[in-house]
Amino acid sequence: MASGPREKFDNPVVEWIDSRLPVFTLMNKEYGVFPTPKNFNYFWNFGAIAMFMLVTMIVSGIVLAMHYTANVGMAFDSVERIMRDVNGGWLIRYIHMNGASFFFIAVFIHMFRGMYYGSYKQPRELLWILGVVIFLLMMATAFMGYVLPWGQMSYWGATVITNLFSAIPLVGEKIVTLLWGGFSVDNPTLNRFFALHYLMPFVIFAVVFLHVWALHVTGSNNPAGIEPKTKKDTLPFHPYYTMKDTFGLLVFIIVYALFVFYAPDYLGHPDNYTPANPLVTPAHIVPEWYFLPFYAMLRAITFDIGIPFTDITIISAKLGGVLTMFGSIALLILLPWLDTHPIRSARYRPLFRTFLLLFVVVFVFLGYVGSQPADATLGPLPLSVFGLLGTAYYYGFFLVILPWLSKNEKGRDLPASIHESVLG
Amino acid sequence: MAAKTKNNQDGETRRDFLQLTAGAFGAVGAGAVAWPFINSLNPAKDTLALSTTEVDLTPVEIGQSITVMWRGKPVFIRHRTQEEIEEAREVDTADLRDKQTDEDRVEKPEWLVLVGICTHLGCVPVGQKNTEPRGDFGGWFCPCHGSHYDTSGRIRKGPAPKNLAVPPYEFTSDTSIKIG
Ligand code: HEM
Ligand code: FES
Repeated sequence: MASGPREKFDNPVVEWIDSRLPVFTLMNKEYGVFPTPKNFNYFWNFGAIAMFMLVTMIVSGIVLAMHYTANVGMAFDSVERIMRDVNGGWLIRYIHMNGASFFFIAVFIHMFRGMYYGSYKQPRELLWILGVVIFLLMMATAFMGYVLPWGQMSYWGATVITNLFSAIPLVGEKIVTLLWGGFSVDNPTLNRFFALHYLMPFVIFAVVFLHVWALHVTGSNNPAGIEPKTKKDTLPFHPYYTMKDTFGLLVFIIVYALFVFYAPDYLGHPDNYTPANPLVTPAHIVPEWYFLPFYAMLRAITFDIGIPFTDITIISAKLGGVLTMFGSIALLILLPWLDTHPIRSARYRPLFRTFLLLFVVVFVFLGYVGSQPADATLGPLPLSVFGLLGTAYYYGFFLVILPWLSKNEKGRDLPASIHESVLG
Repeated sequence: MAAKTKNNQDGETRRDFLQLTAGAFGAVGAGAVAWPFINSLNPAKDTLALSTTEVDLTPVEIGQSITVMWRGKPVFIRHRTQEEIEEAREVDTADLRDKQTDEDRVEKPEWLVLVGICTHLGCVPVGQKNTEPRGDFGGWFCPCHGSHYDTSGRIRKGPAPKNLAVPPYEFTSDTSIKIG
């Protein structure tokens, strides 16, 4: 945002503004001529797609908020009224509801891209960490949004998740009471969740701004994982990537629209069309699909960890599960220091590539485990055993495999330049 | 020259001191301002005012259970049968995860009063009606992750760490209690 030397604009109005506040110069520098590696594949679309989804969520959310009532006596009915009586209300709600899912789809792919091509490595560590912060804020936002319609899943999801904090030794119960504003999930809880659900997307917006700022300091990574050296390696962002991003975005929107119009409740849960009832728990509580792998890790710890042959418990099963779940995100933050291999892109690291793809398979499988009732079985064994194995691989990947590979994987020869890698 | 350096150093330590005290006061001040905001999220007076519930026990027959609301939570009241009481008292507490005798959990043996919230992650266990599953120990069963509670509401099997909580309550007459 420095106001260095500036080129004049032909349009006098633009020039008048720009000479006083150089927004046009800034836009042109960052999104017009910005030199961008010329070898991007479609994985590089998902940042722009995530940005589009954030804006979609904010716009649809603000309109929903104009019709929604955050009171336990009225919330469920106000959402039903949005669905039945408000003009086009069903559409706005389905855009918002499925938008959350598609936002997560975009961000999961975006994160996978970062891992596969080593975008978290020096000098982009902070860029990556800001991304993880956005992911955390998104999870909190989506969790609180899901509570708002005040259905059975809203209520019991909120109960189970806020109860996680009771696992904290000594002050746990106090914290939970503070979160609830009472002695159970109730009206004060709904009210504050609504206030925070409204606020947090704008906090996300601010962190996205920092994320993009950091990106424009280091420049983008690319599928070859080597830095651009000459002009031959890059293209101006506009029109090349504005077009590529627009095309990818349109394809993404088509799929999103298919869900909104033809399968709007496919990703949701029917129990949430039953009004919240504090006296009856649904037979099978499941979170939204994007939380399932983490939910599986939470439930994987079913045993107390203590001093052997005594009754002394150091970490109860409950606390262990909570730590395991939050730890899985903490590992993402540490990733740049766990994988210190000099080669970025998995293209030139066959071993890393194999373990990473296996990691993705395990992550999806954990999602399946999380979706099943706790006493489910797979073949002769209880499913929780597989949940534990999957969790072990998740942790092992970060804490054992990556550090080991950093020292021992030889890797393939890197191309001399991006230009050369494209020509093959 | 040397004198000046010394002076400078003197100034430096005084400045350090002032900065530290100013910083400390600032931090305490910020905390003092933050506290009312955080504390406003704790239960309000009207929420606290709802925290006692009176229950008339006359209509509850032996073997029956009722559920009442207390602080937004279900409270289970079971009029236990003689067998249920005996079953609860025969257990050797050494075998229990959360060691408590039945005597410690009731005011009067025939009336068992419990917070109906599973101590695992907060689901409401089933077993209030005779027709509902009551788990392997004849008390309650939590379908969420499979915790079994006995006829004293003690955890016997499954992931829950603690017995079902006994809320504070007292008998206001032979047939009514005040919870909270
Ligand atoms: C990061 C962006 C956002 C995410 C991930 C998100 C997520 C969600 C989710 C998952 C729901 C539950 C949908 C359902 O099952 O009915 C929801 C509901 C809601 N959200 Fe958001 N939201 C976001 C932004 C916003 C914003 C900015 C506002 C308001 C300014 C808003 C207002 C609402 C309202 C009023 C509801 C309740 C109505 C309903 O349930 O459909 N949201 N949100
Ligand atoms: S909440 Fe009851 S067993 Fe998990």
